[in-house]
Amino acid sequence: MTTSAHRFVLDPTNERRASTMERVGRPTSLKGLTVGLLDISKARGDVFIDRLEERLSEMGADVKRYKKPTFTKPAPVDLRHEISINCQVVIEALAD
Amino acid sequence: MNRPTLPDGLVIIVKRECATCVMVVPVIEELINGPLPVTVFVQDDPTFPESLARIHDADLSMSWHYDIETVPTVLRIENGIEVARTVGWMRDEWLKITGLSSLGVELPDFRPGCGSLSVDPDLVDELRVRFGVSALAARRVEVADAEDEFEAMFDRGWTDGLPVVPPTEQRVLRMLTGTTRQPTDVVAIVPPDLVEITVEKVAINAVMAGCKPEYLPWVIAALEAVCNDTFNIHGVLATTMPVGPVIVCNGPGTRAIGMNSGMNVFGQGNRANLTIGRAVQLIIRNIGGGRPGEVDRATHGNPGKLSFCFAEDELGTPWTTLSESRGISRTTDAVTVFPGEGPRCVVDQLARDPESLTNTFAACLRTLHNPKSVLAFDAIVVMGPEHARVYADAGWDRDRVLSEIHARLQIPGSELIRGANGIAEGVPTHLSGMTLPKFRPGGLLLVHAGGGAGLFSAIIGGWANGDIGSQPVTREVRA
Repeated sequence: MTTSAHRFVLDPTNERRASTMERVGRPTSLKGLTVGLLDISKARGDVFIDRLEERLSEMGADVKRYKKPTFTKPAPVDLRHEISINCQVVIEALAD
Repeated sequence: MNRPTLPDGLVIIVKRECATCVMVVPVIEELINGPLPVTVFVQDDPTFPESLARIHDADLSMSWHYDIETVPTVLRIENGIEVARTVGWMRDEWLKITGLSSLGVELPDFRPGCGSLSVDPDLVDELRVRFGVSALAARRVEVADAEDEFEAMFDRGWTDGLPVVPPTEQRVLRMLTGTTRQPTDVVAIVPPDLVEITVEKVAINAVMAGCKPEYLPWVIAALEAVCNDTFNIHGVLATTMPVGPVIVCNGPGTRAIGMNSGMNVFGQGNRANLTIGRAVQLIIRNIGGGRPGEVDRATHGNPGKLSFCFAEDELGTPWTTLSESRGISRTTDAVTVFPGEGPRCVVDQLARDPESLTNTFAACLRTLHNPKSVLAFDAIVVMGPEHARVYADAGWDRDRVLSEIHARLQIPGSELIRGANGIAEGVPTHLSGMTLPKFRPGGLLLVHAGGGAGLFSAIIGGWANGDIGSQPVTREVRA
């Protein structure tokens, strides 16, 4: 993966909590929501996610597909940000 | 990044922009024909000197790691180790380091060099980060390319509701130049979570607040002053009353860093006043974990909880200063912290004698928090220069002013008991035969500040005083 210059800031907190942001609450319905499906790039995960996409579309959800460059590392910050601004819900699938 | 190794012989660092470097090019050409191998590094223009083989120190790694402060610099390297160096052009020194008997006979004996690019103020912060000199311990938090960095600070809950300056490593390292203390030094234990705070974490929050490096010792001193059992910032934070830490600054350093003690002294427009107080409050939030609606239970709060910090007008005061009255020399920088609400104005435009003016102060102070509350709360009187002049003309010193105010605030218990004057609030009825003072001894602080026009002063009310609440604390500011 190529990235442009990384931007970092130093954590001003006591570092007793993870620096990640709070999750939003679970929606009661997926109808009309944008659901991100994050493929972690592990073998045959796409089979599972393809089927999820079919089912979610039937339920009225707008589905967007995303993929991590490698399952061995956390999702890059830019990918996380892209999902966060485009989707109300995200499903990260693991196949093994 | 590791320090690059240098070849044995002579290593010469130059830049084209430096006239002395241009001048010594013929000397370097002489050295090339001498017995020692010569390696030339150029900092700026990779084509300079045209007549010589050279290495472009493009990232300034070589210059940084070998502490090159001046160009030209000549290093003598033996077995990979620097054994001698000279800077600028001094023929005698160049002869000594090269072991030659004649060099640059056409040149003057001496020309000073120029500043090395590796100590250029515009580059040095970046180089400090690039070459890993920093030993900062804080967690690095990555900001996405498409993420607005200012919004990212809000999203993570790090701000007081206003934008903060993103605390990049460069900015934090620059902030740390404002103190002689090590980044790892522990400054205080910050309530409510009782977390140790290091100088580094103070610097990070000071960057966010908008401080300059020279403000950092003031932030550290204020933090030391509030984070202890005497001041009790835990209680000041947690109380439902509308108070926050009010920071009064004294000493010549207040003028050196450009603090405001005059016109609009509590208001907007002065960076030092606003950011020193803000940094302290950001630290209570981010390190101590003290957030509104959580441990901060204030019913109303007050705008000064963003920042309430100002300097005393020491040059104009007719009295000893606040910090002098609390045992600190006038030539020493100090902060005094007080748990205060927002300031209220005292108007008296007619009094020209001290007795009349004191009656006004006493009547206004009587109403503090409730006209029937006594002994429970302290206050700061911030005397405007036009009011102070009335006292100065009459020859009243600080102690006289305060004792005359106290003398007018001895109140009959019958006026203060519960139910008196149709007000349920009050002292227990068994105190009705006593005379009670509005303020405890030492419970009034006097500060001289404000603009030169306006027959006004200000009162800053406190909250629960003494051992059950807060005592004002004064601390020296140390570099």
